[in-house]
Amino acid sequence: MNISRRSLLRGIGLIGLSTTVLPVIDKISGLDSKAVAGGTKNSGKEKLTKQWVRIIDLKKCDGCEGLGMEPQCMAADRSVYHRLEGEEWIDVKKVHGEGDSTYWMPIPCMHCENAPCVKVCPVGATYHSETGTVLVDNRKCIGCRFCLAACPYDRRFFYWEKRDASPKDAFAEYSPEFPLPPRMGTANKCVLCESFTKDGKLPACIGGCPRGAMYFGDLETDVATNGQEVVPLKKMLAEHNAYRYKEELGTKPRVYYLPGHGQEQGREPRE
Amino acid sequence: MSNNERSLELEEIALKPLVKPGLGYNIGLASLAVVVAVGVLFYAGQLWKGLSVTGMQNQVFWGLYITTFVYFIGISLAGTLVSAILRLSGQHWQSPVSRIAEVITGSALIGALLMVVIDMGRPERLLNIFIHGRIQSPLLWDVIAVNTYLFGSLLYLYIPMIPDLALCRDKLGESVSPIRQKIYRLLALGWQNTPEQKERLEKVIGIMSVVIIPAGIAVHSVTAWIFGMTLRSGWDTTILAPYFVVSAFFSGVAMVIVAMAIFRKAFGLEKYLTVDHFKKLGWLLIAMGLVYGYFNFAELLTEAYKVKGHELEFLSMFFTGRFSMLFWLFFLDCILLPVFLMVWPTTRNITGITIAGVLVVIGVWFKRYIFVIPTLSLANTPTYFDSAPYRASLPELSITMIGLAGFALLIALFFRFFPAIPVWEIANEWDKESAEISSINSVRLGKFKGGAK
Ligand code: SF4
Ligand code: SF4
Repeated sequence: MNISRRSLLRGIGLIGLSTTVLPVIDKISGLDSKAVAGGTKNSGKEKLTKQWVRIIDLKKCDGCEGLGMEPQCMAADRSVYHRLEGEEWIDVKKVHGEGDSTYWMPIPCMHCENAPCVKVCPVGATYHSETGTVLVDNRKCIGCRFCLAACPYDRRFFYWEKRDASPKDAFAEYSPEFPLPPRMGTANKCVLCESFTKDGKLPACIGGCPRGAMYFGDLETDVATNGQEVVPLKKMLAEHNAYRYKEELGTKPRVYYLPGHGQEQGREPRE
Repeated sequence: MSNNERSLELEEIALKPLVKPGLGYNIGLASLAVVVAVGVLFYAGQLWKGLSVTGMQNQVFWGLYITTFVYFIGISLAGTLVSAILRLSGQHWQSPVSRIAEVITGSALIGALLMVVIDMGRPERLLNIFIHGRIQSPLLWDVIAVNTYLFGSLLYLYIPMIPDLALCRDKLGESVSPIRQKIYRLLALGWQNTPEQKERLEKVIGIMSVVIIPAGIAVHSVTAWIFGMTLRSGWDTTILAPYFVVSAFFSGVAMVIVAMAIFRKAFGLEKYLTVDHFKKLGWLLIAMGLVYGYFNFAELLTEAYKVKGHELEFLSMFFTGRFSMLFWLFFLDCILLPVFLMVWPTTRNITGITIAGVLVVIGVWFKRYIFVIPTLSLANTPTYFDSAPYRASLPELSITMIGLAGFALLIALFFRFFPAIPVWEIANEWDKESAEISSINSVRLGKFKGGAK
């Protein structure tokens, strides 16, 4: 019953392809309340309303080399959140694969289901939101940097110095979903653009990718989109041999990679 | 010399620094205070400008502060080992050293807490740990363990000191300020040296020395787990907690030896802190050093044999790479040289053992450094930007000195106001000894009589 309803809804999702796609996901998740209530449990006790995931198609990503530009997901992230060089929340790295191949690998925060950074925070400043996203409350953070130590993906950063807020941010109301202006002496990380997705917009990095290599989806409703097309999420993962980075660590990352460039599938890339 | 005369002389020597400390002592105190003051100035700058005044960055985000924190935690096991474990095992020789050891413990723990607060990006939110504390964080375990151990150690320092406080109250009289007289009176809790009081005191000390041991072990294990609970090469290993405990004993004993040597000279305690104490602690130091070396070997061999994951890059940093100098120097400085100094009879004297102690006290700090920094220098993901290798900055060094100099200052100040050796305990030992001798004599006499019958 559940399955057939899902495939039906998937059909609706595909119809809504031409418009902004996220509201569709929203609608679906609203209809399919059963899937929400009984969905995969988070490591915590709280029920999740959604489980945002990202799918990164490594076949499509070329680090924007072909366009002669810097990786556009990084650029989008940098401009929205004023990231400095070396602390982009999403990083695109050139990795060597088998047989002298190289490929590009965007590494964002994995928003781990079993997140080491959430576990070790002594004050609960790092937490799972109800969509499974891992956020930092900079008003609570004591700046111990234990979370930087815990993250196996090096995806956490620290505000070492006082930063001037841009005029726009200076008046922005702080929230962990849009953690600006930066607060000195606290930790920071990718927020999966919670403030955008709330309004049905795509996260900046996904919207920024000119190749449509990154998909944003919801495990609960089983749909994903890269802003150009809507796809059935789980089917896509199954058909493309999706793997997760450092899966063996047990962090249950919420970012899936689709190999196809000679990657060592399901294993760590070598440098 | 009768026991009585001996006790009087002991009292005089022990109480002298409390009334009129030497010039060298004052100079030492003043220079330590200057070092701390400079550090505090730099710290004010850090509060204003953020942790960017240090050499830390997003890759190597813990530096000298955490290194020194781990170092202090290690040192703090000294008191437990010397005054609790040895006491429980029925040893008596260590009683003149026990107070120095306990004061080292207390000061080291205060130093450790200080370093953590200095390292925090938001020290003003310290109380969040208690308001929003989440028990699954090893950091919270550490806060609980360190505070429990600190409280226990201060109690364990204070209770055996009560008779000596009474001594200060009775003997120092007008030679110290009225406020101090009042404090001694207050702290002495009406101690009158009655047999009943003595019996009760011994009992309490006995109980305390049992209770303090698990607390001490807990602090070291939990501190190890701050690192051990992460997924990083070099930290992610099950041996870490026992490894920390052993290295803590090791550095703790070394610190006691160094402190003993200093106060022996500064306060003229040559008669009570004898070469015998140095030798016994020296053997203890060597034993701990060898166990520590063995742990290192066991850990490195299992890692180097399998070279799993990032292990190859990690180990080559030690064996041949950036940290190899410190790594190999450590074994020379902390294991080989001390063993040599102890084993060779010519250097097995106070000077030799003190040198061994100093070598270990310094070497272990660097060992902590190469425990913290190399692991962090290794990126978990292929790096896009080459982050510059960590180099401690001048303000960072100076701020770290608040901890190190402050630690020495605390100890020195403590012994300005309280006797460095436990007068009553030593006198007690003498009494027991002579009682034993007389009882042995009477037994002999009894035998003789029996034989004559
Ligand atoms: S990738 Fe790192 S920062 Fe992101 S959730 Fe996982 S552990 Fe936390
Ligand atoms: S730095 Fe902040 S967010 Fe990270 S563990 Fe410490 S308190 Fe939590």
